[in-house]
Amino acid sequence: MPDLLEIRSLAKHFGGVVATDEVSLEVRAGEVHALIGPNGAGKTTLVAQISGSLAPDAGSIIFDGRDVTRLAQHQRVRAGLARSYQITSIFRRSSVIENLALAVQARSGSSLGFWQPVASESGLVDEARLIAAEIGLSDRADIAGGELAHGEQRALEMGLALATRPRLLLLDEPMAGMGPEESQRIIGLIERVRRSVSVVLVEHDMDAVFRLADRISVLVNGRVIATGVPDEIRANEEVRRAYLGDEALSA
Amino acid sequence: MSWILILEQSLNGLQFGLMLFLLAAGLTLVFGIMDMINLAHGSLYMLGAFFAATLVQATGSFALGVLLAIPATALAGMLLEVAVLRTLYARDHLSQVLATFALILIANEVVRIVWGSDLQMTMPAALSGPVQLLPGMPYPAYRLLIIGVGLAVAALLYVLVAKTRIGMLVRAGASNREMALAMGVNIQRLFTLVFGVGAALCAVAGAMLGPLFAVQVGMGESILILAFVVIVIGGIGSIRGALVGAVLVGMVDTIGRAFLPHLFGLFLPPQFASAAGPAIASVLVYLLMAVVLFVRPQGLFPARG
Amino acid sequence: MNARAAALIAALAAAVAFPLAMQAADQLFFVGFASRVLIWAIAASSLNLVLGYGGMISFGHAAFVGTGAYVSGILIAGGVTSAWIGWPAAILASAVLALAIGAASLRTRGAYFIMITLAFAQMMYYLMNSMKAYGGDEGLSLTSRAALGFGLDLGNEVTFYYVVLAALCALLYATHRLAHARFGRVIAAIRENETRAEAIGFPVYRYKLICFVIAGAAGGLAGALLASHGKYVSPSLLHWTQSGTLMIMVILGGVGRLWGGALGAVLLLALEHLIAEHPIPWLLAIAPNYPQHANLGVGIVMLVIVLYAPQGLAGLVSRKRHA
Repeated sequence: MPDLLEIRSLAKHFGGVVATDEVSLEVRAGEVHALIGPNGAGKTTLVAQISGSLAPDAGSIIFDGRDVTRLAQHQRVRAGLARSYQITSIFRRSSVIENLALAVQARSGSSLGFWQPVASESGLVDEARLIAAEIGLSDRADIAGGELAHGEQRALEMGLALATRPRLLLLDEPMAGMGPEESQRIIGLIERVRRSVSVVLVEHDMDAVFRLADRISVLVNGRVIATGVPDEIRANEEVRRAYLGDEALSA
Repeated sequence: MSWILILEQSLNGLQFGLMLFLLAAGLTLVFGIMDMINLAHGSLYMLGAFFAATLVQATGSFALGVLLAIPATALAGMLLEVAVLRTLYARDHLSQVLATFALILIANEVVRIVWGSDLQMTMPAALSGPVQLLPGMPYPAYRLLIIGVGLAVAALLYVLVAKTRIGMLVRAGASNREMALAMGVNIQRLFTLVFGVGAALCAVAGAMLGPLFAVQVGMGESILILAFVVIVIGGIGSIRGALVGAVLVGMVDTIGRAFLPHLFGLFLPPQFASAAGPAIASVLVYLLMAVVLFVRPQGLFPARG
Repeated sequence: MNARAAALIAALAAAVAFPLAMQAADQLFFVGFASRVLIWAIAASSLNLVLGYGGMISFGHAAFVGTGAYVSGILIAGGVTSAWIGWPAAILASAVLALAIGAASLRTRGAYFIMITLAFAQMMYYLMNSMKAYGGDEGLSLTSRAALGFGLDLGNEVTFYYVVLAALCALLYATHRLAHARFGRVIAAIRENETRAEAIGFPVYRYKLICFVIAGAAGGLAGALLASHGKYVSPSLLHWTQSGTLMIMVILGGVGRLWGGALGAVLLLALEHLIAEHPIPWLLAIAPNYPQHANLGVGIVMLVIVLYAPQGLAGLVSRKRHA
């Protein structure tokens, strides 16, 4: 399989603290690639650099054969690289449909329309309804984002990324703060979208990671210490020592 | 244009810069620690000048009057913090801007009612003459005093911020408010104290500049903007940045106004030079700010990494 | 017909009938005063576009109003009296200035953005102060208002009033359209959650800059009208406290509401006029000089509104309606 995303020697530091230390990794087209590691390992910083909200100090990011290192975040989104946030970031005062329609609008041509009411564009809402169905929020379509339950907000969070029709989805702890039942819902959702979209999954829930991931990269202190299929990672001595407890591995 | 003239204007620039620093220092700490934009800072400067002018006249002593005006203004600043500003920390910037703009309107009218539109403030007679700084270079003694006071207060502030426990908390707060909170600091009292210090610095600047400029309603409004320019150049929350920025702004402004028209005359036709010179000189510090913004959007000495 | 439309038609009818009534009562002064109020309503509405709709706390809006006033004034003083040249030129100049100031200041956020817009606006104030060719600190007196042609004489107070009213209505209608169009949705999204707006693919900086420029251009129109109205332009128009006054109008009328800027301008200027020209006898007995200290009242009212009614007066009204 060809690489959809290729990261070469990416480096970032804040003052004296090294956040990303010569990270190189590849995400193949069609795979779910999990990024795991202890808190403070630099996972979110890495996601920020891939998505384009944070500029790396050195190294390059190749997406679908194209160097996107210098592209702004919105340009990468248009190229097919979308992210979700660990801390829910939705339009809280807008309804589920309005949230999703906005994301559809972002990729459907220029938004320099100053005169025609956007409500007259039925295409945006139709598309938004499809995505609402995809993330299981059809019956909550007209509820404001801020009034949804936590699990529903997390689904909308993913829905906003999906609505940009990405080819690579960066999911930063999609199951953060969820009970087991709500987690199942998100896992089911990832199972469905993986058929059409490649996924980089940052997650602490090891059950979910080992169930979903085709390959796993382990990040410790800003460095990738191992990359491999789940069985290889389970068996890796260094990973055991640095990060995984036996408990997580036997699960 | 002689080198003596240049030296003289540089001293004027330094003097203005140091007074700007006194204003900017308090302002930048309030920004840095509380993420609070306080337009009423200029009103404290005005209040300090009116206090000083009144107290100098009442006591018959310049030194005593100024020394009494400082704690009086500090007290006013702390009262203001407790009564109004405290409730604004948690509010958005728009509320802060509007509330403190309203405070300017209120302060102006209150001063007008109590004192009238302006007051006379005279410098001590002993300092009203020039001193012979260098052979052939007389310089007003009072301006030297301002430079001396400015340097002394800057040094005092440095010791306070760099060497004391309170200063350490202030620095911690400026770079990371959560950390300061986690350290169990009584933030509320620290804020009040910082406001008091900021107001006291305003009073020093207002009192010292009183005899040079007019002590009048609205005097704080144009200098406040210059203090903002200083902070943008120096970086929010940084005392060092405020000092460098203030001296830079003071120098560029003073020297630009003094020499730019002449400089333009050297290579431009006179009718252009006499029109463009003063115009460019009047906006020079803002152009400086624009350049700093493009090169270093976070200012020269950002407090946060 | 719903209540909203009825209120709209009533307000419009009152605005159209006003100068005719004043003319009949031989009170032409009030027509001129009302024109001034409506021009400030345009200025405040243009600020509301960037402040309320765009969520950008621009504290330098007076620079755009003032630049428009100067460009139009300088053209009239130079003999180019046609409004069809002067007003577009004013709008264009303010738009270009807004593009420059916006491009620099929108790279920053929060308190920085406020300070930088404030500082650049003050720069324009000092620049006009030092322009001796255009009157310097004394300002520029004009011999006539702009000329509109088509047999319309802007020197006539009633005609001028209707032109200003038409401009305000056009601006508000355009704002209404814009708010519900694609662009308005994006601006609202950015105001609500800028990070997410960028993350779903909107070039946030570009849209904010466009919003900033549109607001600046509309401010330029207000300035051009103001120059003709008073036949006088001065640097005090650009002073930063003028930006503060505009902001007070927007807050007073309701941030991000279509009528916010207009309502606030009417309220503030009417209040000022009442305090200055129609003193209350019993208050005068206690405080003989109070009309000279009108700003004390404005300041206290503002402070109370900000501290206790952040949504402005319009917010108070609609909250009651919901309750």
